[in-house]
Amino acid sequence: MKRRARRGLRLAMLALTIVMLVWTLFPVYYMVLLSLTPTNDLFQPALYIDHPTLRSYIYTMGQDNPFVRYFWQQLLTSLTVSLWTMALVAIIAAMGSFAMARMKFRFRRYISGLTLFTYVIPSSFLAIPFFQMMAGYDLIDTKLALVLAMVTFATPYALWVLSDYARSLPPEIEEAGAIDGAGTVATFFYLYVPLIVPPLIAIGTYAFLYAWNEYLYALLLLTGEQHIPLPVAMSNFLTTDNAPWNLLMAVSTVYSIPPVVLYYAFKRYLVSGLVSGAVSGT
Amino acid sequence: MTGTTREGGLAAPSRVAVTPRARLPRVLRSATLQGFVFTAPLLFLFAAFVLYPMVSGLYAATDPDSYRAIFGDPVFRQTVSNTIWYVVVAVNVKLVLALLLSGVLDYPFLSTRVLAALFLIPWAIPALPGILSFRWMLNSQWGIFNHLLTKLGLSSVPWLAQHDTALAFVIIFHIWKYLPFWTIIFLAGRRAIPSELYEAAAIDGGSLAQNFFSITFPLLKSLYLICTLLSMVFTLGDFTVPWLLTGGAPGDTTHVLATLAYRYTFAMGRLEWGLSTFAVALPITLLFIGMLMRWVKI
Repeated sequence: MKRRARRGLRLAMLALTIVMLVWTLFPVYYMVLLSLTPTNDLFQPALYIDHPTLRSYIYTMGQDNPFVRYFWQQLLTSLTVSLWTMALVAIIAAMGSFAMARMKFRFRRYISGLTLFTYVIPSSFLAIPFFQMMAGYDLIDTKLALVLAMVTFATPYALWVLSDYARSLPPEIEEAGAIDGAGTVATFFYLYVPLIVPPLIAIGTYAFLYAWNEYLYALLLLTGEQHIPLPVAMSNFLTTDNAPWNLLMAVSTVYSIPPVVLYYAFKRYLVSGLVSGAVSGT
Repeated sequence: MTGTTREGGLAAPSRVAVTPRARLPRVLRSATLQGFVFTAPLLFLFAAFVLYPMVSGLYAATDPDSYRAIFGDPVFRQTVSNTIWYVVVAVNVKLVLALLLSGVLDYPFLSTRVLAALFLIPWAIPALPGILSFRWMLNSQWGIFNHLLTKLGLSSVPWLAQHDTALAFVIIFHIWKYLPFWTIIFLAGRRAIPSELYEAAAIDGGSLAQNFFSITFPLLKSLYLICTLLSMVFTLGDFTVPWLLTGGAPGDTTHVLATLAYRYTFAMGRLEWGLSTFAVALPITLLFIGMLMRWVKI
């Protein structure tokens, strides 16, 4: 009787899994399917294609279509912004977490409050004044403006995860530093930073993905085909009626690959970091 | 706080031979100053790019005329209703599903392990490619949905060209994209529950539903509440999903606050209206943020 109940449960789980996988993967499958569809078949919707072709990818890589004329430059812009965001967030959060988790000083509580506030406030609420401010400094169309915005909004969560980890480190770090006569700065560089490498990888990846995925600030701060990052270029396809959707889906697939690869490569770090950060909040 | 000395700072050079560093002037050894040095970049980011834009934005949104104008605009009233639907329905349906699904993923079957590995993909890929895929699937003439409907002998539906279905798909896309993330959070919450509780319940012959209502839910309640608040605040400010899926179409009926503010500011050149749109949502946002800040500690 009990075995039968377990068998039933197993079958129910299998059915549910199949439903969930179709729901999860179908839009992704459809994106890749369209990217492999020849232009002639684009207007004959189907669940599979008879003559898959890599032509859309070849056009994209060769920048051989008005829609993808600046593909590599736009990809490079996305990459540059994301890498700068990653580096700056890692540095700022490493320093900040050292202070927040390992030091006791006045006003620390308030700094923690400010960080949480920045994490929670929707970034779109600040987008228009931020745009005005950057226009005032003549920084529109510079990557710097976008990097500053991304660093501002990606840092709080990074700090959160990192501080949480740093609190779990033993007190011997500072004691060892004190015995060697190391000052605070030396303790930070030689004793603290080497110990926080795993969560630093996690938050670096998080910051990279945050900037890579950002749309609103990229749309506001960067204009002109040669300056915009990939997502803004892709959304510009939508403004015309005769957008080549197979080409757009090829660009979409290429754009999706770095996050998915990063995600699966660093999954162990990323999930544990994200989960401990979010759960520790309770 | 672990690892701090009586002074409160990290450098406690009293026990060691006097090094050059230990002879730093007293003020440079003060814990407060050191704390500020290490958090200076954070404080700069907050002051320059959060506080200043917020204050300048609010200052520019103090003119009562712009509030009169937007409250008189039928598009604005429609937008408020859309935003409430989006925030309340999308977030709550998503989180209930995430809570249930996290229970499913907790089973050690092969099928659930495969699901756990693959169902994170919508979260891993950026929102934009997913939205584009949905848009083409929902295309009235060439989308796969209408193709399948007509094959089944039903009439096709202009999914994104009428208010109700367009808004519904903004909600559906939100659930598709963000369900995995919150499921993982709840899964971690469930795994933190001591298994002895379930073992004791098994001895008493508790059913699945009894376990859920007497053990799992009471212990996950505060996590669930915090996640609800957090997700509602994030969704309240969402721009990307509604903007790229519908762009407000048809006829500006499917805007949410962020997309309407963008339209006011950049398409109509009414900066004060755009800022006022956000200012209208600020009290409820600050209330939610205040509740979160009471319950969550960094």
